[in-house]
Amino acid sequence: MSTAIKDTQKMIEEVLDAYPEKTKKDRAKHLAANDPSGQCGSCQVKSNVKSRPGVMTVRGCAYAGAKGVVWGPVKDQITISHGPIGCGQYSWWSRRNYYNGKTGIDTFGTMHITTDFQEKDIVYGGDKGLYAAIHELKELFPLAKGIGILSECPVGLIGDDIEAVAKKTAKELGIPVVPVRCEGFRGVSQSLGHHIANDTIRDYVLGKGKMEQETPYDVALIGDYNIGGDAWASRKMLEEMGLRVIAQWTGDASINEMGIANKAKVNLIHCYRSMNYICRHMEETYGIPWVEFNFFGPTKIYQSIRKIASYFDDKIKENAEKIIEKYKPMMDSVIEHFKPRLEGKKVMLYVGGLRPRHTIGAYEDLGMEVVASGYEFGHNDDYKRTYPDMKEGAVIMDDATLYELEEFTRRLRPDMVGSGIKEKYSYHKMGVPFRQMHSWDYSGPYHGFDGFAVFARDMDMTVNSPTWDLIRRKK
Amino acid sequence: MRQIAIYGKGGIGKSTTTQNTVAGLSEAGYRCMIVGCDPKADATRLILHKKAQATVMDMARERGAVEELEIEDVLLTGFKDIKCAESGGPEPGVGCAGRGVITAINFLEENGAYSDDLDFVFYDVLGDVVCGGFAMPIREGKAKEIYIVTSGEMMAMYAANNISRGILKYAQSGGVRLGGLICNSRKTDKEYELISELAKRLNTQMIHFIPRDNQVQRAELRRMTVIEYSPEHPQADEYRALAKKIAENRNLVIPTPLNMDELEQLLMDFGIMDNEEAAA
Repeated sequence: MSTAIKDTQKMIEEVLDAYPEKTKKDRAKHLAANDPSGQCGSCQVKSNVKSRPGVMTVRGCAYAGAKGVVWGPVKDQITISHGPIGCGQYSWWSRRNYYNGKTGIDTFGTMHITTDFQEKDIVYGGDKGLYAAIHELKELFPLAKGIGILSECPVGLIGDDIEAVAKKTAKELGIPVVPVRCEGFRGVSQSLGHHIANDTIRDYVLGKGKMEQETPYDVALIGDYNIGGDAWASRKMLEEMGLRVIAQWTGDASINEMGIANKAKVNLIHCYRSMNYICRHMEETYGIPWVEFNFFGPTKIYQSIRKIASYFDDKIKENAEKIIEKYKPMMDSVIEHFKPRLEGKKVMLYVGGLRPRHTIGAYEDLGMEVVASGYEFGHNDDYKRTYPDMKEGAVIMDDATLYELEEFTRRLRPDMVGSGIKEKYSYHKMGVPFRQMHSWDYSGPYHGFDGFAVFARDMDMTVNSPTWDLIRRKK
Repeated sequence: MRQIAIYGKGGIGKSTTTQNTVAGLSEAGYRCMIVGCDPKADATRLILHKKAQATVMDMARERGAVEELEIEDVLLTGFKDIKCAESGGPEPGVGCAGRGVITAINFLEENGAYSDDLDFVFYDVLGDVVCGGFAMPIREGKAKEIYIVTSGEMMAMYAANNISRGILKYAQSGGVRLGGLICNSRKTDKEYELISELAKRLNTQMIHFIPRDNQVQRAELRRMTVIEYSPEHPQADEYRALAKKIAENRNLVIPTPLNMDELEQLLMDFGIMDNEEAAA
């Protein structure tokens, strides 16, 4: 075992020392010193298990995963939060999934629809109200192409038969009505919500869309939620390669796109965690290969473009080289401009989905080093994909607690922390440069060639802002 | 004010027994209220002389919210000034009847249904305590006294034993006590002895043995208690006797539920198997 690993393990032990015995034993399994080779047995973290009470986890719930992540961005369907008001209210378009369209006319992304349960709905069931709501919605918004019923907790407790309502209204209205059993108490994090949502896409939408003609270059862009325009930046590149993007899942997606992805020649998956399920299904059922790619930062982008092109003919392969050649000067100039300002800076990440590993390359392109990274709701397969991308002795965290994040920050002294809204303000108070890496801190896109320029500018703005010194000096 | 909850297997005669007993108590000068905690809302029919009254939850649904209700809408007065309220709730298979009971009892409390002049409040609860809602009457210091209606039939005894387990839980946390078993006779073999023994094993008493009499059905058809329909009938005196025993009962205990083997052994000890063999 190397000294780097040993040093980190010692530091982790010191951090864990503050915990009571049982908590310490439990949390020790979720923190590790990275071993890129995968040889060190004690360097593997345990994941996807119930959070320890009292640690103030920042995880979400199944509803958050199904509604907030997967179904919410589908723009021409209306998403109903079925249950009391809170879940819908507090998940109201918080992920900035951009879309084209006229909101309230043919698209509904930023709208907030709920059945607003009262006592009487709990006692007598909410299914009648749901039925009425669906009809009312179709009358108010005739261009809606689908309706999603996203269950909140009480719906599962009282046994509302949302499947029956969905079946009946789908027949009456002639559009898909999708019942999603994503009650928040199911599973240990938002991760199960992604899976449940994937399963409903499979059962209610996939294979039911219309597509005029197929081409040999049809691909589906899976697991890109178009945060701050990410999917648009990625799509532009794929199209320039000569591919035809027939579906974007689910950023700026339409119900029809959701229904034709099974016609793709290759599925391109960005966020593996939230959408690997449907890719596996399409592979098994339709024989569609899927390829994981990474459009953060030029190094990973070039690799990914070539990887994607390898599934196609020489024309696409040539195009791939052409666009790399075309954009490389632009990427180089971004690096040339920002690298001197960011070189050697240390980054700590604690995010969800794909970012804890996918953004590492982009930081490295700017000369930065990710010294710690962790997932809110990752599984074993996410960590397996992360170890090789990080340096030996880097800190790997699973379902980290605020205490652990603060302690690691104190000890590792990162020049920048990238995490979520719940961590943001404590870091502001600590005077540590911070970037909200769930919604790109109201910026973006960060994907693709376009995105890297924005990413580099934002990281520079964060790390080198004079504000942090003023906060620290005051203390 | 003594608050009493009546539990027992579905169809065992809880509502009939409760209403007849309350009629007996009222006749003796006590002021009583019955709170029906069953979506079927048939716990006050014999007192009010009509089928389901306006229930708390039905009215709340009609008006939009429980806050829109007035107490007069749902608290009615029947035979001998007995006050009657029904929680109401959904038809079987939808919604959450348990939540209905919680909402209804909270409403009655907040709106002064439990006035100081009452001597007794009786909760008539759905047969199967399937969720926390149906335990509402014995939670949070409401009914402290429970009677279980049973018969010599095996399933009724199973239910009585199960309910005792529920009482045990709330006895430890909330001070609820078992007042006794009421045997509503089905004329099974050695019924008196069997229920007396079951009561003993549960650390309680068989407070009364109500013989089977068709006069109860005759009165029920006329939407009346036996005491009102035929005050002179011997069956009316049985309910008067039960009412008196409850009024005077001080024997309130923490039950000692049996396990399944013990319960089955009890049935065998009372020779049910032997009788079957003799009959065969």
